Amino acid sequence: MGVKKLIKNAVGRQVPKNIKGMGTLKMYKGPFDYTPSGKKNGPKLSKILPGQSKVLESIEKAILETGLKDGMTISFHHHFRDGDYIVNMVMDAIARLGIKDLVLASSSLTNAHDPLIDHIKNGVIRKIETSGLRGRLAEEISSGLMDIPVIVRSHGGRSRAIESGDLAIDVAFLGVPSCDEYGNANGFSGRSICGSLGYAMVDARYADKVVLITDNLVDYPNIPASIPQTDVDFVVKVNEIGDPKGIMSGATRFTSNPKELLMARNVADLIEASGYFKDGFSIQTGSGGASLAVTRFLREKMLKKGIKASFALGGITQQFVELHEEGLIKNLFDTQSFDLKAAKSIGKNPNHFEVDASFYANPHNKGCAVNKLDFVILSALEIDMDFNVNVITGSDGVIMGASGGHSDTAAGSKVSIVVAPLIRGRIPTVVDRVNTVITPGETVDAVVTDRGIAVNPLRKDLIDRFKEANLPICTIEELKEKAEKITGKPDPIEYTDKIIGVVEYRDGTIIDVIRQVK
Amino acid sequence: MRKLRRTMMYIPGNNPGMIREGHIYGSDSLMFDLEDSVSLKEKDAARFLVYNALKTIDYEGTETVVRVNGLDTPFGRDDFEAIVRAKPDIIRLPKTEKPEDIIEADKLISEIETKVGMEVGTVKLMAAIESALGIINAYDIAKASPRLIAIAIGAEDFVTDMKTTRSKDGVELMMARSQVLLAARAAGIYALDTVFSDINDEEGFINEVKHIKQLGFDGKSVIHPKQIEPVHRIYTPSNKEIEKSIRVLNAIEEAERNGSGVIALDGKMIDGPIVERARRVIELAIATGIYNGGEKID
Repeated sequence: MGVKKLIKNAVGRQVPKNIKGMGTLKMYKGPFDYTPSGKKNGPKLSKILPGQSKVLESIEKAILETGLKDGMTISFHHHFRDGDYIVNMVMDAIARLGIKDLVLASSSLTNAHDPLIDHIKNGVIRKIETSGLRGRLAEEISSGLMDIPVIVRSHGGRSRAIESGDLAIDVAFLGVPSCDEYGNANGFSGRSICGSLGYAMVDARYADKVVLITDNLVDYPNIPASIPQTDVDFVVKVNEIGDPKGIMSGATRFTSNPKELLMARNVADLIEASGYFKDGFSIQTGSGGASLAVTRFLREKMLKKGIKASFALGGITQQFVELHEEGLIKNLFDTQSFDLKAAKSIGKNPNHFEVDASFYANPHNKGCAVNKLDFVILSALEIDMDFNVNVITGSDGVIMGASGGHSDTAAGSKVSIVVAPLIRGRIPTVVDRVNTVITPGETVDAVVTDRGIAVNPLRKDLIDRFKEANLPICTIEELKEKAEKITGKPDPIEYTDKIIGVVEYRDGTIIDVIRQVK
Repeated sequence: MRKLRRTMMYIPGNNPGMIREGHIYGSDSLMFDLEDSVSLKEKDAARFLVYNALKTIDYEGTETVVRVNGLDTPFGRDDFEAIVRAKPDIIRLPKTEKPEDIIEADKLISEIETKVGMEVGTVKLMAAIESALGIINAYDIAKASPRLIAIAIGAEDFVTDMKTTRSKDGVELMMARSQVLLAARAAGIYALDTVFSDINDEEGFINEVKHIKQLGFDGKSVIHPKQIEPVHRIYTPSNKEIEKSIRVLNAIEEAERNGSGVIALDGKMIDGPIVERARRVIELAIATGIYNGGEKID
């Protein structure tokens, strides 16, 4: 493994200074402490002659044409979620061509990607960089499948890494729901629509070679284009880029789960009392039941108060689109569309803007959208006494989630609210120390559970306002006690010394490592 | 202050998840059921579960009620033995038909309380009246024991006994509801209304709650967390009612200070019942937390 000395970083995590295969690591010092230097990393210059075709007959051909070689870095996006065929299709072709030792950098990996296990075992993939891992792939990696740890990055962190050259992509293979022969592509038309292509846009702009893969080749020019022809080297037509059912969950429904409704109501009350709930406010929510229900309660409060939101950000949902169409949210900034209604809205509503992951959350450009957020509603697997949040490893220490935009939005927003039931099954959610820190507590303002609300003591302003509004707030310690009274204190998870994952904070410093479970 | 019993939420005694967290939804009381929602095979398990829950879980001030099986069933006596020891606030006796039912239960609870060294009278009793005979005997039941703090009407069994079914407007329950209310008021105890079974009929539920509030019931049994908020909303006095009540009470105070005999407000005479109603509104407003007892309301 080659782990040398361990250093305690600013969130109290024991992190090695060097890891073999990764070099020297930068230590996390605080959410805004690190200042970058240097210049952006750009793609290689290229030349396409008049009359030259970009269309190739197969993925194999495209791989050969890009000049992909052993040891290079390839990238993918995760807009097709559990319905994605692209990653497996491309990796199978690469394996057939005998290319090995690759770095696979996907904006995230999902339950669709279990076949990567064989490619790792066969040496085709040497290293993975992603936002998250799920399913059997996550379990195998947690049990020590790989020699080099996985790098876990937030969405903003990944676009930062790409622009800075920390993640220099040799070839990007990007599935697109519609594309013309010259590479103008979008995500809102075709048989397998995904809406925004926000993650893919960054890869297309910075990778040395860009291959678009589509099942819907349309007449030139396919505009408006999310990925323009100027970024694209090759276009490949295949029969299917994904399973539409897995790409889009269809309509996201409002929950009827009383516990989720209870938490959602508490969140909406918190927002109302925060002092930031006024005309022109901005918001981002997740796609979980409680998050979605927040929009319903907020709608009532907006109508009552006669105010409108200036924009909603992030994963855009049907609920946001409906509020937008009702005139209650003026603009939608969409990096990732969560459902069919949102995906279609991009092509239809002029103020539903598709934005790339760098615009969304990159801390080292000249101003990302999360910096303009008033509220973000986030989920959590665990929250600890310092308000640190874990969204990646489960209560058994195994990777089961994704970093996503969690740390980005928590850092950027004026009020970040984490929502989670106090107990899941018989496991407490509020704990002494989270298994893995994804989001530092310093950037988390309030924790809303079904058994009480805790506010970060750093936010005295919020505490005062919530008390004034008679909201039932308590301390995070009280929440933990409440949980442990029922569940008892779980035994700590046993890990080996082997590091299987490195969690990069959005600024590129190391906030935590994930160890192999025993 | 008078205790609020606007909502009493049913929790099946064999459902650990709901037993663990029923109180988070804010009903005034929780009623753990060992009777009709528990099958014969699970009676022991439910008794054990509810006993341990009451011993372990902090319900954070929510009133705890356990509906036991009747003493005429093979499970009733064991239920009392276990549950009294777990010390809920109230034991609810189902299918009460005559005062002797209450006297028997009261005696048994006293025996157990004495046996385990609890002060006699610690665990209160409420009675569900669910048959024609029970309704006829409602007043005798209501005053059968000082331990009895409430009577409730159980409509499902009652309408079956009456050879009818439940309707939206509840015409079949008019007489029985009135009888239960009269009995409770005459005996000076709480009167609680029956469940509304269709949890998806929000409008029907709200109409029924308005109806039973107007009749005079103190509250209603609910079977789902989403039924709690509408009841509490309907039972919360409006700002207008509160303002008017404050003015009534202020006028009374001022008249007493001035030694004036006749009291009038806005040209209308204020008499005893008006003052009493105003006091009750203020009491309710304070209990629901929307008014702090001061002069002004926002």
